[in-house]
Amino acid sequence: MEDHDTLEHRLAEQGISRRAFLKFCAAMASLMALPPGSANAIAAALAQAKRPSAIWLSFQECTGCTESLTRSHSPTLESLIFDMISLDYHHTLQAASGFAAEKSRDDAMRENYGKYLLLVDGSIPTGDGGVYSAIAGRTNLDMLEEAAKGAAAIVAVGTCASFGGIPMASPNPTGAVPVSDLVKDKPIINISGCPPIPAVITGVLAHYLTFGELPALDELGRPKAFYGETIHDRCYRRPFYDKGKFAKTFDDEGARNGWCLFELGCKGPTTHNACATTKWNGGAGFPIEAGHGCIGCSEPGFWDAGSFYTPLSAPTADVATVAGIAAAAGAGAAVALSAMDRARKKRAQQAHEKLTVKDL
Amino acid sequence: MNPQELLYWVRGTGLQIAAAVFVLGMSYRILHLLLLGRSKSLAIPRGSEWGPGLRTMWRRSVVLPELSARGKFTLVSGYVFHLGFFVTLLFLSQHIALFRAALGVSWPALPRSAIDISAILSIAALIAVLAHRLVDPVKRLLSDYQDYLAWALTFLPLLSGFMLLRGIGFDYATLLTLHILSVELLLIAAPFTKLAHMFSTFAARWYNGAIAGFKGVQA
Repeated sequence: MEDHDTLEHRLAEQGISRRAFLKFCAAMASLMALPPGSANAIAAALAQAKRPSAIWLSFQECTGCTESLTRSHSPTLESLIFDMISLDYHHTLQAASGFAAEKSRDDAMRENYGKYLLLVDGSIPTGDGGVYSAIAGRTNLDMLEEAAKGAAAIVAVGTCASFGGIPMASPNPTGAVPVSDLVKDKPIINISGCPPIPAVITGVLAHYLTFGELPALDELGRPKAFYGETIHDRCYRRPFYDKGKFAKTFDDEGARNGWCLFELGCKGPTTHNACATTKWNGGAGFPIEAGHGCIGCSEPGFWDAGSFYTPLSAPTADVATVAGIAAAAGAGAAVALSAMDRARKKRAQQAHEKLTVKDL
Repeated sequence: MNPQELLYWVRGTGLQIAAAVFVLGMSYRILHLLLLGRSKSLAIPRGSEWGPGLRTMWRRSVVLPELSARGKFTLVSGYVFHLGFFVTLLFLSQHIALFRAALGVSWPALPRSAIDISAILSIAALIAVLAHRLVDPVKRLLSDYQDYLAWALTFLPLLSGFMLLRGIGFDYATLLTLHILSVELLLIAAPFTKLAHMFSTFAARWYNGAIAGFKGVQA
């Protein structure tokens, strides 16, 4: 008997053809740099995938990650795949509220213990017992600890959940930390970005549903398929960097000619993400195509890494003042020591007794 | 400390420390040298000091026809290295962006192809002088650890900078961190090693010429 709860069936119900589904699987395979044959494996696995339970916890965040994931690609296959997981708890998207919402979370966790995917966006405040952010009277800290226990894997969505992000930026008044600082005994995948690229989370989910495990990760826990290269590596303005042609202001000839934005502070060379290839808004473009440098939002500590408009080769602190003070100190020391030397020489000359005939 | 934090540190606090040590050390050494003074000579001068002093500053910087082949090698390779080094330092647009941000002054950059050539020539000349120092028995005998230290401290910024521009070996953040760190090491060591010649060399040449001039011999 045909199983009506599979992804393929649900997609068909929504008018997505088998052909379009296979195209999506091929795109996902190629996006994750998997061998060509794996598109079929993805299709076979996804088509039969039951809706895995997913619990989405939103902590210290701005909902930008959810906005990115639910709207940017809507109504494409990516968003439908996203709908196809059984999202049992999500502040922004769920209809339930209050006690009913918390009950649905409790039920999902109990029924799928050890099997559900836990998605977290936002950092977790730990200062003063975590009182700075609470849901239904419970601190984020408490809720994460409980939810993490029964999770098969945790997906940290966005830079706040992955690396602490803006809440953790100096002076970090709430003691915010990323998920990986608190949960040590579960596989964690960091999908950083402020916000992250929608196709990246669907790619990771597709990989998880197909292979039953998380994709290969870099040293910061990010999927290598999407974070393996820098924006600079794949930037369409890279030839101008290599030729040394830079825009000096946002409205000069260089800017109009589409030259490299390095000198306007672009952080593309030190930022690992897929923006330059996957792009945003259904492939319309990415920040550098809009004429603004990369701000490095998918890297740890991006908010405290100096001005967005300071070139990577320029200092992030005031060097001229320090050098001025050092010059004055060095000159002062030289004058003082020279004066001491001269005084000693003079004393030696005065103390010098001339040799007389009597001495001989 | 993750790689991004390390990069931020070397671009900020690290650079402040290196600049402070370099400027403090150099200003102290130059001024102390000048304030040492010279005892008044009671002899009757047989010629001017300034003319021969300036002449020697110039003559010691050019290839003299009477130099042996070995002398010419040292001079030519020295020239190639120094010119390549300063062209790369002063005319790469990323470096000019640094000077503009730190000092508020800027000037036009040279094309990247010219910088590539100057950097390669400079690196090649440095390798050549090291090889010569190791092969030539006299030079080898005269060399102590400071000579090799000064060589390494100069070579590393050039090598890491070239690797950074060409994307060789490591990712950009790692190479940029290594490049800036190597420059900071150079800055910190400069006032206390033979690298201090970057300021003292012309004073020394002038002094040699001035003594000759005072004694009335050809400078």
